Amino acid sequence: MDVDRSGSRASRPRAAGDTDPPGNAPLSSGGAFKPSATKAGDFHLDMDEVYDDTASYLDANEEQDRLYVAAPLQMMWWRFTKHKMAVVGGVIVILLYLIAIFAEFLSPYNPETYEVALTYAPPQRIHFFHEGKFQGRPFVYGLTQARNPETLRMEFQIDETVRYPIYFWPEGDSYRIWGLFESNRHLFGINEAVVDEAREEGAPSFATLFVLGADKLGRDMLTRIIYGSRISLSIGLIGVILSFLFGVVLGGISGYYGGAVDVIIQRLIEFIRSVPSIPLWMALSASLPRDWSSLRIYFGITIILSLIGWTFLARAVRGRFLAMREEEFILAARFAGAGEMRIILRHMVPSFFSHLIASATLAVPAMILSETSLSFLGLGLRPPTISWGVLLQESQNLRSVALAPWLLLPGVVIIVTILALNFLGDGLRDAADPYR
Amino acid sequence: MSSFIFRRFLLMIPTLFMISLISFIVIELPPGDYITSYIANRMAQGDSPRQDEIDALTKQYGLDQPVQIRYLKWLANVVQGKFGFSFEWQLPVSDLIWDRLGFTVIVALSALLFSWFVGLVVGILSAVYQYSVWDYLFTALSFIGLGTPNFLLALILMWMAFAYFGVNISGLFSREFVDAPWSIAKFVDLLKHLWAPAIIVGTAGSAGLVRTMRANLLDELSKPYVETGRAKGLNELRLVLKYPTRVALNPFVSTMGWALPQLVSGSIIVSVVLSLPTTGPLLLRSLLTQDMYLAASFLLMLSTLTIIGTLISDILLALLDPRIRMGG
Repeated sequence: MDVDRSGSRASRPRAAGDTDPPGNAPLSSGGAFKPSATKAGDFHLDMDEVYDDTASYLDANEEQDRLYVAAPLQMMWWRFTKHKMAVVGGVIVILLYLIAIFAEFLSPYNPETYEVALTYAPPQRIHFFHEGKFQGRPFVYGLTQARNPETLRMEFQIDETVRYPIYFWPEGDSYRIWGLFESNRHLFGINEAVVDEAREEGAPSFATLFVLGADKLGRDMLTRIIYGSRISLSIGLIGVILSFLFGVVLGGISGYYGGAVDVIIQRLIEFIRSVPSIPLWMALSASLPRDWSSLRIYFGITIILSLIGWTFLARAVRGRFLAMREEEFILAARFAGAGEMRIILRHMVPSFFSHLIASATLAVPAMILSETSLSFLGLGLRPPTISWGVLLQESQNLRSVALAPWLLLPGVVIIVTILALNFLGDGLRDAADPYR
Repeated sequence: MSSFIFRRFLLMIPTLFMISLISFIVIELPPGDYITSYIANRMAQGDSPRQDEIDALTKQYGLDQPVQIRYLKWLANVVQGKFGFSFEWQLPVSDLIWDRLGFTVIVALSALLFSWFVGLVVGILSAVYQYSVWDYLFTALSFIGLGTPNFLLALILMWMAFAYFGVNISGLFSREFVDAPWSIAKFVDLLKHLWAPAIIVGTAGSAGLVRTMRANLLDELSKPYVETGRAKGLNELRLVLKYPTRVALNPFVSTMGWALPQLVSGSIIVSVVLSLPTTGPLLLRSLLTQDMYLAASFLLMLSTLTIIGTLISDILLALLDPRIRMGG
């Protein structure tokens, strides 16, 4: 520490402002860390300032020490957390995947529960106050239908005479979470008992909780968006894992062996990239047999997406391999008698794995977008499978969107997801190289 | 230079050949052919075609021949500029695709111009006024632009135009001009409709260009020669436009190669949403009805378009950068 301090002082040219009393000189000329403290003409010496300076100087030194002994992962984490948007993105991504995992429990209804009378029912506002009085528990007003005397169309109206309180853990539609455990408890919803009671009393309004409105068949949009996230998010993840495998293997071979293999693989990648991707995807997905089950279509689409997606990862892997081959530590390992496999797996892969994770994260949003576009065109997943693209299919009809703008809400969710994943990926990419 | 261009042209030939093969295979992949989907359609309408009718159709369309023969015949025709026959439209494919490819190019190019314009202006503004309110606003907007799939943007714009202004922004022409012969009035009408697809298709690209332009220009602006120019009393606007901007412009050309395929791809989905008379809707339909020669020709021509686009950008880059042209 002492050596370091004197070194930094000696190397610094003496400026006019450095004619301070000798006792203070080392403190204020710790300018390597806080150069602004010793500007020319800064003669007055405030005791507070000196004290502050000392503290920050010591801090800086401790910081330095901490940095020297930190493990690479620790440094990546520090660097990542500095990137505020990336942290926000990461939190959103984790939340989204949690929602996808616990879809059955988090959604207030079952995605196929329909009520034709409630076609395009508007989103209901959740209230806390009724006629200025706090109700102690959030509630929604009932919905009634009435004919608009001018347009002669049936329109939904809010019936303020009926209130349906929203409970936590109410009993509702029964489901099997992950196809394993049967339950009928949801995170929130309106109580079945209250609904039945209202029905028996012959209340003219519908007892529903449509936070984001309803679709053509009167199904809850929120529920369907939550269920859709399961397909859309997982297709992104599985697709990237598949293209990751293709990319790492082929890119690795290409970069490690070089020569003719490298040339062939590189030409192949260039060729695949020169074909416009969406027409090719369209043609490939149109070739999936119509009578396939939704599970097979799902995997078919995933494989089609990763058939093109792998080229980007392969390029990244190859580039890393080429750069890494020349590094001294690889040479050292080779001199020490390490085998090829050991060099690859023990020395090369760990040193660029973080980069790969970052590029893979950045590839997920592209996958999700492609699936959404294909399903939107009717070439990808098809109902009854629910994905965000399938949900957006309904909004292709301009008239129904004009009538029920909430049909575009899956699009908002897509934008948020893509942005969050992009920010997370950017942050990871910056953090992947902490020594820069 | 000419040898460089010549080499690149030679390289195009095997690529195009591969693409024609892939297009054909991809179209052949689905089980059944146009006849089976034709029969299915007839069945759905309640009558079943007779066996001899089916046989006659199969023979007429040459679907009784093996795949490789059909491919070679098709390829031989393509080289002569004939693309085969569209089963569904009962027309030669070449009658159907040229107009639509033309409009695809127009939409893609106007989207490219839009994204260049926005990328240039907004990129310079946010670099020069770094960390200002405008910079943050543009940065936020460009991130949103990057994250929005363009078909979604098309949907949102269509809905807003329809719901709030009562305008329908779909199509490339007003109704009275759709079938009219080309005239100045029709061209003006086209320009009136072109802005919407240009903006929609170009948004993602311009968002990317804004980011690159901003980063590059910031690098340049911190260099000493800019300070020198300022010290010599150059007017700030001239200073920025004359030197750093020129250097920062390089990515505009170098990204054109991959920007064009993206624009062509992007225009396909958007034109399905906006029902533009470009390749998109027809390609989608031909894929669904297994109208194979039409679909394969579209795939081939779209890929050719992208390859030509890449070639142009490579030539431009070689013109700009002697290292590329010498190294080959």
